[in-house]
Amino acid sequence: MEIRMANLTKIFISKDKKEVHAVDHVDLTIPTGKLIGLLGPSGCGKSTTLYLIAGLLRQNEGKIFFDEDEVSEMPPEKRGIGLVFQNYALYPHMSVRENIVFPLQNLKVEKEEAKQRTYEMAELVGLQEMLDRKPKELSGGQQQRVAIARALVKKPRVLLLDEPLSNLDARLRLQTREEIKRIQRETGITTVFVTHDQEEAMSISDEIVVMKDGVIQQMGKPQDVYDHPQNLFVAKFLGNPQINVFDGEIKGGYVFVKDMKVIQTKLPDTSEIKVGIRPEGFNIDATKQSDLQFDVNLVETIGRDTTLIIDMSGEEGGLLDKTSFKVIVDAVHRIQSGDIVHFTIKPDKIHLFAPDGSLLK
Amino acid sequence: MLILMAVFTFYPLINAFMISFYKDYMPLIGTRAAGLTLHNYVVIFNNQLFWKSVLNTFVLAFVSVPVSIIISLFISVSLKAIPKLKGFFQTVFFLPYVTNAIAVGMTFAVLFNKDYGLINACLNLFGITSIDWIGGTASWWAQMGALLTFTIWSSLAFKILVFTSGLENIDKQYYDAARIDSASKWTIFKRITVPLLSPLILYISITSLIGALKAYNSVIGLFGERLGGQPYSMITIVAFVYKYRADFAFMGFYSYAAAASIILFIITLIFSVLQTVVSRKRVHY
Repeated sequence: MEIRMANLTKIFISKDKKEVHAVDHVDLTIPTGKLIGLLGPSGCGKSTTLYLIAGLLRQNEGKIFFDEDEVSEMPPEKRGIGLVFQNYALYPHMSVRENIVFPLQNLKVEKEEAKQRTYEMAELVGLQEMLDRKPKELSGGQQQRVAIARALVKKPRVLLLDEPLSNLDARLRLQTREEIKRIQRETGITTVFVTHDQEEAMSISDEIVVMKDGVIQQMGKPQDVYDHPQNLFVAKFLGNPQINVFDGEIKGGYVFVKDMKVIQTKLPDTSEIKVGIRPEGFNIDATKQSDLQFDVNLVETIGRDTTLIIDMSGEEGGLLDKTSFKVIVDAVHRIQSGDIVHFTIKPDKIHLFAPDGSLLK
Repeated sequence: MLILMAVFTFYPLINAFMISFYKDYMPLIGTRAAGLTLHNYVVIFNNQLFWKSVLNTFVLAFVSVPVSIIISLFISVSLKAIPKLKGFFQTVFFLPYVTNAIAVGMTFAVLFNKDYGLINACLNLFGITSIDWIGGTASWWAQMGALLTFTIWSSLAFKILVFTSGLENIDKQYYDAARIDSASKWTIFKRITVPLLSPLILYISITSLIGALKAYNSVIGLFGERLGGQPYSMITIVAFVYKYRADFAFMGFYSYAAAASIILFIITLIFSVLQTVVSRKRVHY
């Protein structure tokens, strides 16, 4: 089932009477049957968007459609959605079984069928042995799976998850995110989840939506958004280690950073640009011919990769006016701290932006 | 703290227990007199007025407590739905708690007056003839009705306060989750709110019952020293104890009072324990 949001806006009034546009005239279409990650820093409006879809928050402007039905004015209980809260919100006084069957009881589903469906859901999330336990007897990951089962048992049109992995420890996070992907594949249900962890979103989503300050920055397949960021924010938000950003200029068909030629370009001369180069975008120039050379400060080798940490002094001079950037190269090069290294840049790993962050084409 | 409890709680309790067994005890003179006896209890159990007081007390306690809990629960939940007026109503509902029971009782006495009381005036509007609630010809039912109304009304305040604060402590997310789970308002109340409030409800029902079994001020307030439309018709156990305590000019009466008060203590203890046992299965922590 497709979710379509048109001109969706949600305004909160802060304590000092200022209007905060948590969601700002957002147009977004979530395709049927896909796992979509809503990604962005804290306060970007992703959770608010999720709650607007759910109906727990009412929009100030705009409409929401589930396939052809407009649900903008419908209360949450009528929208046919399943929601997994960040803290799971499992009813503490009910057992796992009672938690899962609760929605079916409210929908007046016949007892035998309800019992059957509850068991099926418990099996789907792998908790059929725990049906008579109380939530407080379960681990965080198990509680979350109960929450997922409860959300899915009523066969909703869409499944919404609010930061599903934030409350789990690192090991459990990896395990559980694969579970979410598997469950979504098995049920084929349109799923939207909210996260601030870009690695999480990139790893399991069919498509990601990057948001900032209530506005959608970019939407697309994770690898596409990574390879072709449409603005500086998206380029910086995705990628670990973060993309390196330099101040530079274009002169005579070349990109310059600190008077070093970086790469050829067809763009016109521009005096101030931001040059974004992915850490993996540097090639070591063994011939030492290229203009781009740096003093290597620190070298970290972890098995296959070597990370070079290079300091670059700023305009003002002085000890503290430094930015450091990271380069990832093959360990085979055996570079050491203090070496001077020459680089060439992989053309698909460099992105040029105007000072305001927009992409230069 | 322990010393205070020892002086004001344990000592009187043990003392009363012992006094209830004394024979021919004259407190002013202080003689242990003729020794220990169970006769005091026998006298009490044979006393018609005692059993009348037990009946009155039980009816009063076991009707007013559940009814006032239910009403105060509904009021607390309703108050949550009108956040803007909540503060105002909370103040209004709390006023009975800070007023004097006797003063309130006297006001209720006016309300329930046969000839010029407001209650009868309202009944007349519906074509019902005036009932004598608290006067000389009042039936036991009418008197109990008036007493129950007064008792329930004045006990709502504290309960509303406790339940309102208890409701605040229920995480809003449970309600959001229940809405998404298509629960109706009644289902939410029955299966989410009440179970999550159950520790508080248990606390209130035990303390309220204990308080209700000790009813005395309310009877004096509504009926005056006569303790009823007809003398002593609304006597409660505590009132009974006071009557015999006051008559200590007569030998041994003090011990009767002590005996009756020990009986009340045991009744209260039994019901408190009973409630705790029954609640194990139904109270969710």
